Amino acid sequence: MNNTWIILGATSGMARAFARQQAEAGDALVLCARNTEEAQDLAADCSARGASEVATFPIDIRDAASFDPILEDARTREGVINVAVFVGSMPQQDAIDANPTLIAGTVTDSFSGPAEFLTRIAPQLEARGRGAVVGISSVAGDRGRLGNYIYGAAKAGFTAYLSGLRNRLARSGVHVMTVKPGPVDTPMTWNLGPQPFMSTPEAVAADIAKGLRLGWNTLYTRRIWLLVMMVIRLIPEPIFKRLKI
Amino acid sequence: MTDLRWKTTPYAGWGRALKATGPLARPDTRNELTEAAFPAHGNRRSYGDAPLNSAGAALDMSRLDRIIAFDTKTGVLEAEAGVTISTLARICPAKGWLPAVMPGTGFATIGGAIAMDVHGKNHHNKGSFGQHVKAITLLQGSETRTITPKDKTLWQATVGGLGQTGIILSARIQLSPCAGRQMRVTETRASDWAEHIALLDASDATYCVGWIDATATGDALGRGIVEEAEIAAGSLPPAQTPTSRAVPFNAPHFALAAPIVRAFNQLYYHRVPEEGRTLLRPMQDFFFPLDRIHDWNRLYGRRGFHQFQCVVPPDQTDALRAMAEAIATSGLASPLAVLKKMGKGRAGYLSFPMEGFTLAVDFPNRPAAVQLIAELDRLTEAAGGRIYLAKDSLASCSTVRAMYPDYAAWRDAVEKADPDHRLATDLIRRLGLRSPS
Repeated sequence: MNNTWIILGATSGMARAFARQQAEAGDALVLCARNTEEAQDLAADCSARGASEVATFPIDIRDAASFDPILEDARTREGVINVAVFVGSMPQQDAIDANPTLIAGTVTDSFSGPAEFLTRIAPQLEARGRGAVVGISSVAGDRGRLGNYIYGAAKAGFTAYLSGLRNRLARSGVHVMTVKPGPVDTPMTWNLGPQPFMSTPEAVAADIAKGLRLGWNTLYTRRIWLLVMMVIRLIPEPIFKRLKI
Repeated sequence: MTDLRWKTTPYAGWGRALKATGPLARPDTRNELTEAAFPAHGNRRSYGDAPLNSAGAALDMSRLDRIIAFDTKTGVLEAEAGVTISTLARICPAKGWLPAVMPGTGFATIGGAIAMDVHGKNHHNKGSFGQHVKAITLLQGSETRTITPKDKTLWQATVGGLGQTGIILSARIQLSPCAGRQMRVTETRASDWAEHIALLDASDATYCVGWIDATATGDALGRGIVEEAEIAAGSLPPAQTPTSRAVPFNAPHFALAAPIVRAFNQLYYHRVPEEGRTLLRPMQDFFFPLDRIHDWNRLYGRRGFHQFQCVVPPDQTDALRAMAEAIATSGLASPLAVLKKMGKGRAGYLSFPMEGFTLAVDFPNRPAAVQLIAELDRLTEAAGGRIYLAKDSLASCSTVRAMYPDYAAWRDAVEKADPDHRLATDLIRRLGLRSPS
């Protein structure tokens, strides 16, 4: 039985580790990324690592027309189709404060773009009656905080979307897993200074595989973030608004 | 280079006795690297200062880790410099191949394995890593250039050349056929030095290595366990793969105190029955026994540790025995000590291997150990042997130049390749390797 993973934002640090992991498991991969040259390098890498088949597609998450060839290709595939969404963008909050027009792009990259793609492919998944959707959201979406609340707001939207999509697709046997990573050791965090409870792309990928195997709905990775965010959510707003965390 | 993200941070080699602080960048894609302006390193599995640059910036190549092409018919694999040996050991056997030479840690990268011309447990019959490399793509200045063994001087200055001829971007290597995914390992007790050397000398196994109890003295001096292994068909169930353990913090200084090490070694030696035994082991456990304990270097505490590794010619085993004796009576050794027979195979001017026997021992970083290692360096030089620059953090300039007869050829080639010394590292400066003689 063919098992295919459509991966959006495939060349990002986390997605690359996930793609390789699925390649080693012998899955077929559809790598979708803005930078096609990088996607092709990754495709060669994944083939060498054991992927049964690898295709690449250019995608611009802000341009829904770029989704069509991917959706068309998915229709022709046999077996199980799974989708993993790693796209998103996180401009610095002060950059956004200085230039609020960045908000729309952040929301598109991290929420409405991925949501549109998933909504368009959902009927195909329903028709197949199996498979999984992995949506990369963020712990930043659990509560709006001083440091990155536009990104956080977009991810909060995406988290709520994934929850609704799970509600919808569960009825036809498709599992939706929301992934909330804390800081991960990628180029994005390389020069941000020391980060609490940092994880690695490989550890996140391994956690996703485990979560899928066990049928988890929401995955905090590392797991400590479940506890940390529970505490952060419990802080009463009159106190929280004075904090800088 | 404007695309690179920099952070200024302290960093160290595996031994953690020597440290550097400076800007580090870790490119994610090949296009970000446009100029060889700084020395590069992989996963920093060299023990000393080979990966460090206190005088400026350095490049961490660990995320340039894509396999570019893998011809499963011929076993020729091309990969970026940051691909690790353990990645290859995991992926290639499914297609019937294995790296011909693998060092004792799978965290070593291809780039590092070339720059140090590393060897493995099969050096006596497969030679060094560099002997199985067919082409290397270097970044020299802002030029990318692919070299092969036909580029005689530049090739020999690059393989085992400490990264001084250019940044190693990628390489094409010839893998070796591999019939299975597990190892048939025969363990034999060697009760003393003479027996240990004799067993290693007589072995015709593909892979052969001796663990030596570096605390045993008197009649038991040099006792240990000789492991001989062949690749076996079939595969063991993967030994709970991702559940590797990590050492969570720096151990206190007494963790490796002499009585503890002696007790551990005693148990380790008697674990193998007197008549020996043969068993099947997963491939990765055999090749990279310590990799399942992440950050094991923390066991040596905050001050770090040194590894002494030398090789001496075949007729100098008495000199090696004298070193083992000095180590055993010092009470400074850790349980990690290895004795191995080496063949002639080497690929570059500064490659470590030479025919003979090699001894490697870890020491916690203490003044007494530093003194002992200086004495061991002296004994090595007197025996016509040499020390391994991937491990060294203490040697002196004159000692090293005397040990490497092709040193001058290396320096001339390196001066041509990197005239402005932009790729010099702390190791290069400490040993004065690029200073005029």
